[in-house]
Amino acid sequence: MLLIRCPYCEEERPELEFRNAGEAHIARSANIAGESDDDFEKFFFIRSNPKGIIHERWRHMHGCARFFNAVRDTVSDKFIITYKAGEPKPAKLPKISNEVVAK
Amino acid sequence: MSGAFRIPGAGRLSQPKTARFSFDGQSYPGIEGDTLASALLANGVHLVGRSFKYHRPRGFLSAGAEEPNALVEIRRDAARRTPNVRATVQELYDGLAAQSQNRWPSLSFDVGAVNDIASPLFSAGFYYKTFMWPKAAWKNLYEPKIRAAAGLGVAPDQPDPDHYSARFAHCDVLVLGGGAAGIAAALAAAETGARVILADEQAEFGGSLRFESGASIDGEDGFGWAQAATARLKDMDNVRVLSRTTAFGYYAQNFVGLVERVSDHLQNPGRDLPRERLWQVRAKRVVLATGAIERHMVFADNDRPGIMLASAARTYLNHYGVAVGRNVGVYTANDSAYAAAIDLKKAGVNVAAIVDLRDNPTGPVIDEARALGIEINFGRAVIRAGGKLRVSSMTVQPKNGGGERTIPVDAILMSAGWTPSVHLFSQSRGKVAFNDETKRFVPGIYAQDCVSVGACNGTDGLSATIDEAYAAGAKAAKDAGAKAAKGTKPKVDASESWSRGMLGAAPGAGPDTTVKAFVDFQNDVTAKDIRQAVHEGMRSIEHVKRFTTNGMATDQGKTSNMHGLAIAAETLGKPIPQVGLTTFRAPYTPVTFGSIVGHARGPLFDPTRKTAIHPWAEAQGAVFEDVGQWKRAWYFPKGGEDIHAAVDRECVAVRKTAGLFDASTLGKIEVVGPDAAKFMELLYTNPWEKLEPGRCRYGIMLREDGFIYDDGVVGRLAPDRFHVTTTTGGAPRVMNHMEDYLQTEFPHLDVWLTSTTEQWAVIAVQGPKSRDIIAPLVEGIDMSDEALPHMSVREGKICGVPTRLFRMSFSGERGFEVNVPADYGQAVWEALWAEGQKHGAVAYGTEAMHVLRAEKGYIIVGQDTDGTVTPNDAGLDWAVGKKKTDFVGIRGMARPDLVAKGRKQLVGLKTRDPKVVLEEGAQIVADPKQAIPMTMIGHVTSSYWSENCGRSIALALVAGGRDRMGETLYVPMPNGTIEVEVTGMVFFDEKGERLNG
Repeated sequence: MLLIRCPYCEEERPELEFRNAGEAHIARSANIAGESDDDFEKFFFIRSNPKGIIHERWRHMHGCARFFNAVRDTVSDKFIITYKAGEPKPAKLPKISNEVVAK
Repeated sequence: MSGAFRIPGAGRLSQPKTARFSFDGQSYPGIEGDTLASALLANGVHLVGRSFKYHRPRGFLSAGAEEPNALVEIRRDAARRTPNVRATVQELYDGLAAQSQNRWPSLSFDVGAVNDIASPLFSAGFYYKTFMWPKAAWKNLYEPKIRAAAGLGVAPDQPDPDHYSARFAHCDVLVLGGGAAGIAAALAAAETGARVILADEQAEFGGSLRFESGASIDGEDGFGWAQAATARLKDMDNVRVLSRTTAFGYYAQNFVGLVERVSDHLQNPGRDLPRERLWQVRAKRVVLATGAIERHMVFADNDRPGIMLASAARTYLNHYGVAVGRNVGVYTANDSAYAAAIDLKKAGVNVAAIVDLRDNPTGPVIDEARALGIEINFGRAVIRAGGKLRVSSMTVQPKNGGGERTIPVDAILMSAGWTPSVHLFSQSRGKVAFNDETKRFVPGIYAQDCVSVGACNGTDGLSATIDEAYAAGAKAAKDAGAKAAKGTKPKVDASESWSRGMLGAAPGAGPDTTVKAFVDFQNDVTAKDIRQAVHEGMRSIEHVKRFTTNGMATDQGKTSNMHGLAIAAETLGKPIPQVGLTTFRAPYTPVTFGSIVGHARGPLFDPTRKTAIHPWAEAQGAVFEDVGQWKRAWYFPKGGEDIHAAVDRECVAVRKTAGLFDASTLGKIEVVGPDAAKFMELLYTNPWEKLEPGRCRYGIMLREDGFIYDDGVVGRLAPDRFHVTTTTGGAPRVMNHMEDYLQTEFPHLDVWLTSTTEQWAVIAVQGPKSRDIIAPLVEGIDMSDEALPHMSVREGKICGVPTRLFRMSFSGERGFEVNVPADYGQAVWEALWAEGQKHGAVAYGTEAMHVLRAEKGYIIVGQDTDGTVTPNDAGLDWAVGKKKTDFVGIRGMARPDLVAKGRKQLVGLKTRDPKVVLEEGAQIVADPKQAIPMTMIGHVTSSYWSENCGRSIALALVAGGRDRMGETLYVPMPNGTIEVEVTGMVFFDEKGERLNG
């Protein structure tokens, strides 16, 4: 079970309290009714599904109930950083890797 | 005396308390402290099971958790019957009753053993290749027969009467494994004051110190030191010591699952004790001290009862005081078997010969064995074992060929070397590395905050192990934030040291294809099977594993994986690291369902939600149905009525006089704030800005893709306040959907959302007499049609308590929905019921509610829609605001496919024969004479008998449905085709006059 830091509660809490809510930073057009079929397809259907760093939305469902964003490594499952909804993608990610080579 | 093979003065069960137990009905004496295995061996019993596939007689291979053979059923009573218990782990108690498995009619004469003779038929991949045709026979014949013949224990057939508990724990340092390494690490960490948990799967701590008679620490023998050190740890406030506790799974971020066996070793556990306790531990640092597991030698008939790991024989002798034979042979490629031979010899057991595959090994144990007069044969192999139900001899040959010699023995101790237990490390997503010199996989790259120490890290020798473990324990505590240690490191006075061993098949494993040299005992996989898998084209070890099932039994290949890998590598002509090791998965050893489930069973499995009016309905004899977590009154049978009679009566009464219906489960959300109307505009298809306070509107919510997500009546109580209702099942997801848009897409809107589902009890009063029933109880609301028209809402009082009174209808009759605070729900219901009785009103349930709404063509989201239905498909275009420029779903709804011709549309269906009621979900075709498979053009979504219409009615999604009015379609069913006519969706009171009737 993952530990996730809620940027609103400013606490690490167990995964059970959270719900994943899909990829982050996919903006809904202010003029959505006027979008072309291609643009709507990109907005609604196409997701990056990366191997590695993903920006995604989580909700602290059984806590403060706020939606927030997280950067997670899909390979190691590690959360690199979490930040509030509406904030831009972090320009620089902290390096977290505790891979240690044994003797 | 507790068994003829118990050696006086040997072992540690010093003050024997006898315990009688039975195996296959026969009674034996044992000693408290024994395992079932040691107690059986003390009585000379080696034959304990039959193998999975060939039904070969099997004995004990090990003395621990890695045991692949000795699986038995432990029976406390008819319901407490546990199959596949490892006899080497099960502790003895007085009265224990065990039975062997997978044999018929008896253990010593098993008819299934014919599989052994016919074994050329059953080579690797046999099932995949053989039972291919006829196709239908797999399901009806082959699979049931194979399942009956193969397999091990039989699952219990009664509910488990035991209870299981669960705990969460947090600590600075979690030490897994309670041998010398684990204890040393725990001491170092504990002395810093850090919070430490030390867990070991055995009843007593010590690990390999249980059999290592040559070890001495801090002036005590190894095992004695382990007990003293553990006692000291137990006395410390910052330490929790868990015995009989297996760490079975290592999950993300140092989250470890452990199962503590609380009462399986007790004669009378009592009702208060749980059987097992699940520990879910989150540790800042984890120290893995999981030790190593000895490997067997792979040679012909190496599975005969009496052939076992050298360390197991040593454990039975040094810990339990049991000799595994009177005349034992030893077959080894490793020094550790010499230590076993020496201990047995000193205890008075004859050691017939040591057969060592190595050419000219040297070392102190070899010298000591020679000094004791044990015959030693270097460069020789045991090429086969004699005997069937018990080993009777070993046949020895120089390893490069030559003359054979058969030596009579009653047990063979074997050791091919030791495999570090990297299971938990691998589960933590660490990557193992192959050490070419020692031929071992050891921890390589760590993925989590953990460290491996001792044998599981490839560290040899007691001194080096304790040095490493003590330093690692102190560092783990420091990394977790503790101060420096202030204790002293245990001092090793004497220890044993062993050199390496071998991997793969020994010479006695044949190239001969009839030889059975077992690699995996539990799944009956031989060296030949693995070679064959390679010859048949398997290249990856993952494919070899699945084709042969090597390592896939419940022991997860603890003894077999490395041998299997080495044989595959040799056959492929590749070095071992290039073939690669399979990934270890949780659980390390089998875990009961009970411990995972804990208390979450029966009524505690899932919450049950009941409305405020539930007790009244129950008292009236209502039959309930589950709707999500809710219990809803389904119908109210009177005087022996069945569901049809009750529902017919309820439906007729509502349209004739009135009915009361508990609608409390409806989802309710309060949308409040200066921008509430703007928010509603964005979340629903309908226009809201111009809806006057005091009026209601039926709203449709879409997802962004343009499909219907939910619906419900919304009342505007004030310019800035909406009372939103949702479907019963949709309440949580609608709330989530609203919160999502409010928080992330429309955060500029000043709106608050509050779930009020449980705050309001809702009593629907429907029917021509509904106003007459309600009016006498209401204060402060003008109930006239002019003041309170259809689709309006007023706040006032009913029975003296606050109410939001909705004039609305889900039946097509004049109707009201009385919302009152839930605490007053039952009282107001009873008052309304009393009034209703004066008019002949009935209580009706969800079934009648469904029929009444279907008579009016009102849809139910999730029944008449399925997530691919647009408002237009459902005939609800009128509810979409044409002038709106934005709402969730506005663009999705305009996608080419969603506006294309020929989409499935909701229509009514009338069967030609009015008495025939269609089946919901039945498929519809245009031409019943077409060839199968027919082109299906739709399906029935709702179907009922309507007593009010005097016929059956149905709703259906049909391609191009609205252009087919009056058309005849067909519903093919197993016993005949049903003819239907496409109609409008309203079957009763088409003009809607009764809303004001």
